[in-house]
Amino acid sequence: MKPRTVIYNIRQGFKNIWTNKMFSIASMATMAACIFLFGVFYSLGVNFRSMVREAETGVAVTVFFDENLPQENIDQIGQQIATRPEVDSYRFVSADEAWADFQKEYFADSPDAAEGFANDNPLANSANYEIYLKDVSQQDSLVAFLEALPGVREVHRSETTAKTLSDFNNLITFVSTIIVAILIGVSVFLISNTVTVGISVRKEEIAIMKLIGAKDNFVRAPFIVEGVMIGFIGSVIPLLIIYFLYHRLIVYVTQRFSALSSMMTFVPVSVVFKVLLPVSLVLGVGIGYVGSRLTLKRHLNV
Amino acid sequence: MIRLEHVSKTYEAKVAAITDVSLHIRPGEFVFIVGASGSGKSTIIKLLLKELKPTHGRIVVDGKDLGKISHKQVPLFRRNIGVVFQDFRLLDDRNVYENVAFAMRVVEAPKKAIKTKVPMVLSLVGLAAKYRSLPKQLSGGEQQRVAIARALVNEPKILLADEPTGNLDNQNAWEIMRLLEDINKRGTTVVVVTHNMEIVRAMNKRVITIKKGVVVSDDEGDEES
Repeated sequence: MKPRTVIYNIRQGFKNIWTNKMFSIASMATMAACIFLFGVFYSLGVNFRSMVREAETGVAVTVFFDENLPQENIDQIGQQIATRPEVDSYRFVSADEAWADFQKEYFADSPDAAEGFANDNPLANSANYEIYLKDVSQQDSLVAFLEALPGVREVHRSETTAKTLSDFNNLITFVSTIIVAILIGVSVFLISNTVTVGISVRKEEIAIMKLIGAKDNFVRAPFIVEGVMIGFIGSVIPLLIIYFLYHRLIVYVTQRFSALSSMMTFVPVSVVFKVLLPVSLVLGVGIGYVGSRLTLKRHLNV
Repeated sequence: MIRLEHVSKTYEAKVAAITDVSLHIRPGEFVFIVGASGSGKSTIIKLLLKELKPTHGRIVVDGKDLGKISHKQVPLFRRNIGVVFQDFRLLDDRNVYENVAFAMRVVEAPKKAIKTKVPMVLSLVGLAAKYRSLPKQLSGGEQQRVAIARALVNEPKILLADEPTGNLDNQNAWEIMRLLEDINKRGTTVVVVTHNMEIVRAMNKRVITIKKGVVVSDDEGDEES
């Protein structure tokens, strides 16, 4: 297609949008709602995943050994732990270190009480490996592996924390996927309706175009432009709103709820938009394109 | 220029529109196809434009076997044929100039060519002074002239006119016929479908008569090659 033809068809596409103002606005609004919800869920997801990642670094699996297991065997267990893909990091805690940590935690206010155990470490059999995971959802497979190792007496896991974090993460992903999928369906339907109205309004013009030798792409192009522009505008508007709101929200939360802001860190808007911006634009333009192409295939026998 | 060989067209409801029609129209000819309403005249126009496919037979237009040209080639084929309809089929939201220029835009003609040719063809049909008027501001005869200008602007080899005087009074009908005759004298093959026998008789051209989908007479049949 020649550049002047492209310009002509873009103009015709805008003319279509203007001619079917009400349908175009309805389609853009639905698309905007779809992209807005997508953006909200994505931002929530990114922040939640960042918090989960932070929390995961504090979730550890602890491995205790059989009584009087030689250091050589303990080292072998350590080597096997190191080979596991679920493991982010691990450290060996000797019985003395375990007792020292215990004292710090429970006898900090009355060090005299701990003096009674000076030569008799009550945690003599508590040497262990503290293992930190890459992803808490992989805890089960690692625990099963550890429990099967010879010389391992007991494996402590952070059951509730791991499961809750993992489940909540899955729930957010599931709910957002369902909602966005429904909205994508509605958007495609509405864009399709808008293009159908456009086709019926320009029916005579299309018939004349075909009779005087217009190529298929020439007839289709304005409707594709219409769908793509609806998708584009319908995604730019919510992106601007999210950018503005997200920024405001961070400022508001950090100023108003200082206690909360010390517990969690928000992902900066620039990081969120690094993915959200291109994905939303591609999604909006893609839905517009698909919606108009499907309609043209059904209603425009060129 | 146009050749139909044993062409039949039966619609889905098993209604035969034309049956075993054979005819040959030579380059530069002016031909009337006449017949009553529903006789199959318009079906022939649609077949020549490849709007319809024949149920049987072969159609050759400007050297192209319509049964063998692909869907993609149809637009290029149609650029050699100008069409004029009874109801003009102009775009009401565009003025005379834009209606004619539209035909050139659709075939992606250069801007410069559009600016040169549109006034020229409007002058040919006698509407140069009304280039800014909207179709509804024109008489029926003038609207048909715009439609003819649109059909001619891409310099087609063939001009098909489907009842071009059907919506016009006698005076305007004669003016349109004179215009078509003039266009034919410039070398364009003209095929006019009509049931206005008064004009047909007065024009003294080749007349093909169709009755119930069958060619019943061709007053120049002897000249066919």
